[in-house]
This record gives sequence, structure tokens and C-alpha cells, in this order.
Amino acid sequence: MNALSIRDLKKTYKNGLEVLKGINLDVEKDDFFALLGPNGAGKSTAIGIISSLVNKTSGSVKIFGHDLQKDNARAKNCIGLVPQEINFNQFETVRNIVLNQAGYYGIPRKQAKISTEKCLKQMSLWDKKDTVSRRLSGGMKRRVMIARALVHEPRLLILDEPTAGVDIEIRRSMWEMMEQINQQGTTIILTTHYLQEAESLCRNIAIINEGVIIEKSGMSELLARVNKDQIVLNLDSPISEIPSIEGYEFALSDSKSLNVTVPKNKSLNPLFQQLTEKNIKVLSLKNKTNRLEQLFMDLVKEPQINS
Amino acid sequence: MNNRIAFKTIVFKEIRRFSRIWPQTLVPPAITTSLYFMIFGRLIGDRVGSIDGVSYMQYIVPGIILMSVISHSYSNVVSSFYSTKFQHHIEELLVAPLSNWVILWGYVCGGIARGLLVGCVVTLISLLFTDIPVKHYGIAVAIYILTSTLFALAGFINAIFADSFDDISIIPNFVLTPLSYLGGIFYSVSMLPEIWQKISLANPILYLINAFRYGLIGVTDIDIRIAFAMTGACILFLMLLSLFLLHKGIGIKN
Repeated sequence: MNALSIRDLKKTYKNGLEVLKGINLDVEKDDFFALLGPNGAGKSTAIGIISSLVNKTSGSVKIFGHDLQKDNARAKNCIGLVPQEINFNQFETVRNIVLNQAGYYGIPRKQAKISTEKCLKQMSLWDKKDTVSRRLSGGMKRRVMIARALVHEPRLLILDEPTAGVDIEIRRSMWEMMEQINQQGTTIILTTHYLQEAESLCRNIAIINEGVIIEKSGMSELLARVNKDQIVLNLDSPISEIPSIEGYEFALSDSKSLNVTVPKNKSLNPLFQQLTEKNIKVLSLKNKTNRLEQLFMDLVKEPQINS
Repeated sequence: MNNRIAFKTIVFKEIRRFSRIWPQTLVPPAITTSLYFMIFGRLIGDRVGSIDGVSYMQYIVPGIILMSVISHSYSNVVSSFYSTKFQHHIEELLVAPLSNWVILWGYVCGGIARGLLVGCVVTLISLLFTDIPVKHYGIAVAIYILTSTLFALAGFINAIFADSFDDISIIPNFVLTPLSYLGGIFYSVSMLPEIWQKISLANPILYLINAFRYGLIGVTDIDIRIAFAMTGACILFLMLLSLFLLHKGIGIKN
């Protein structure tokens, strides 16, 4: 059974803006799924509809087989949402935020207290349980939202840019948490602008642009489509003229850094050989390619070019 | 079962909220009504004499209690639910498997609780100034609860349509307060010229105050059956309207 099935989902706002133009999407149970797209592509609207924050215009959404419209309570019970923006009561304590959410899901008080403690400990927030939430750091606030989303043990966790604006240390600890949650059997749908995050965490991916799904596949199959690498060569001494070697593309980022685009099927040996012949000495190299980012840019640009 | 727990969660959250800020919610009505009783009841009231066979102080007590109930039931729900929208934590309610009536009555009961609590505080203060010979307990209690329910519901609808903090202060300041003062708190409508008596009959708060006054001291300018019928009809209408707005997601969903 799919964790999420979307069929012909459309959304047109009152101002006539058609944000979703009939998307179809399936997310398998236990998957770690990336839903990517540029700003305004429709991914937040899609998530808003799945989590009942936005009214759809037409189409259907099923969560673990429960139709969101006809079997609303069961469908909602399966979902936990971590939204993009902080959306808890800033004057409430951390514990009460999570406890109240458990109450909204009908969890009896005694059980709610146990679940709250478990989730806050899992998010390393137990020592902040009596802190008023507005006094927390940005990273802690995000973890409060994850704890709140997990308190009713959802089968499908939707993370809408959960690491936006947090520093790299917190981001990495949140990646570990997300992987842990997924390994414990929770299906995760992740939207993010950090493509490296999606590349390293997610097994399947959909890219949405201008209200339509333009790509749906496994992450590894998608990445296999990258047909060129970009490397940066750090040179021993500055050069003024860009070298010309057949089969490679060059660009200077500064006089001692040479960017080289290498087709995937081409070896690096001739490159170094010919650079040596031209008296260009290479001190070190690094791979610049963010494979998913490159694909993402190519895919998102295509419809615009076609139109 | 789920809805019962969710309902209790919202109500207790609301009670905790207004209890936590008691200097803003419970102290001001106590001070304001003490001043009313001192100035209107004691200083001016002694010169007014009696109305309909009761002292002026006793005459104004029911209206002042009910005015506090009206304003606090209304303002609790309108400010709390609007803040919930403003801070976006209404999303906590929308993603959860809650029925619309649980959200509505959770907030409304929070407003009723504050209205009744403030009413009790004002009643206790009034007892420092005069006796209240409760003539009809059932009528007084029923009107007391129905009034807070009615205005809590009205506050909920105001909050749904509000887009700014200005929007939640317009009705309390420019509608409820004038209607309360013109609803016969400090005078009997029979003291007004005939044309104003007729105009006053269009004021719903007049019926509530008179029915409550009848319950407490046995004096009224109107038929209290009209008060009950009107209040019941208004509660039913506002409840159905609120549920419709929640169902459609008006003011709370995109």
C-alpha cells in the first residue's frame, strides 16, 4: 500500500492563479521521498492540501488508503507535519505545545505525557521542557516542531524545508534524526532547497515546476543521468590565457583556478598530459559538481525553454 | 473519545491562557466595576432614589454584571482565536483529526468560562455595596450562561473574519459597549421618551439585561420570554454560521 497517492490534484486560487495543474504522485510506504521544485512551483500548496491546510480545487488524496475527503479523521491520523514557518504558540512552554498536540489527536493525558517525554528526549529538548518557546534558538524551535509532529506516532511525516535557516551543525544533526525516524518505519516526504540534503537522504524524488510534476524517479537513476562532471584545478602559477584542449571545456574563475567541464565518458589522463605539455602545473583538484543541482537546473529550465 | 479529549484540551488550554494573564483579564473588570458602584451607585444613586421599588444601587447591579460577562466572553474568544490565526498555530488544529464543532465549542467554552468567572468577580464586588435578593435563580443562571454563550459565539465569528488587530477591537468598542450602555444598565427604558423606548427595543442587549434583572431583583421592562426566545435563536444562528465558516475554511484556509 502506498503511503500517499495523489490523483489529478488541482488548485486554483481565487485570484485565478493555477498553482497545481493536475498532479499525480505515489509515495511508497517506508520511503524517504524528496519533493523538489523552485519557489512558487506548487510544492507548498501540494503539502498544504495533503495536510488539510489548503482546500483543493479538484482531485483526490489518499493517505495509507484513507481518502482525505471521505475518511478525513483516519487520513489525518496518519500524518505528521513539520511546516516551513514556525507555527506554534510562542507564549506556551515546550512541553505544553507537544502535550496539546497529543490532545488534539485524542491521546489520553497519561499516554500523552509519556509520548511527549519520549519525543522531547528524542529531539534533545527534555531539559527545555518548561522553557517558553519564544526563548528558544532557531534550531530548537525546529526540533520542537518535529517533536510535535511525532507525538501521535504518524506513519507519514511531511517535512517542509525543515533545515531552512539553521546552521550546518544543527542541519547535520537533524539529518541524523530524520534518517533515524525513517529507519524506525516512518515514511518521510521532504521538501528542501538544499539539494545536497535531498541527494544524501532521499531514495526517490519528484520535481514539480509550474504546477506539474516534471520528473519522478529513483534518486540513483536520476543521478545516473548526469553526463558531465565539473572539476576545479588549482594551478601552481597564474595563467592569463584559457587553454584549449579538445573534448574539455575550460573557464577561469581566477588566474590560479581553472574550471573544467569533463564529459562523463572521457578520461582525465589526456587532460593532465596536455596541461603538462602546455607547462601548466596542477597542484590539486576538487570535484565541483553537485549532481542533483545540475539535473534540477536542467529539468526546471526545460519547460521555460520550450514555452 | 478522540473528540472528547481534544475538546477538553482546547478548553483547558483556553482557561490556562486567561488565568495566566489574570492581571489583564480579571483585575481590570474588578477595578472598573468598583468605580461604577462607587460613582453611579453610591454618589449619584443616593440622589436618584429608587426605581421600580428597588434602590438605584440594586437596580444597576444586574446590568453591570451582565455587561462584564458580555465583554469578557466576547473578547476572550475574539482575541484568542485571532491570535491563533495570527501566529499560525491554528494549523495545529487543522492538521489534527478534529471535528469543526470541537474547535468551535472548545473556544466558545473557554470564552464562557472567562465570562462567567469575571461575572462572579463582579458579583462578589457588588455584594460589598448592596444585597442581591435573588428572586428567580433559574432565570438568572440561564440568562447568565446564555449571554456568555451568545457573545462567545459572536467573538468567534469576528475572529474568523478579522485580518488585523484593529478588526477585533472595532465591534467591542463601537458596537457592544454603546449597546450595553443603551441597553438600560443605568436606567429603565420607561424613563425614556416614547420614540427612544421604541428604538431601544431593537437593542438585543436590552432584553438580556432586563431578563437578568428580573432573575436577580424581580424587575423588568420587557417580557422575558422574548429574551429567551431571541437569545436561543441567535445562539442557534451563530453556531450554524460558525460551523459553516469552519467547514468552508473561510478566514482560516487558503
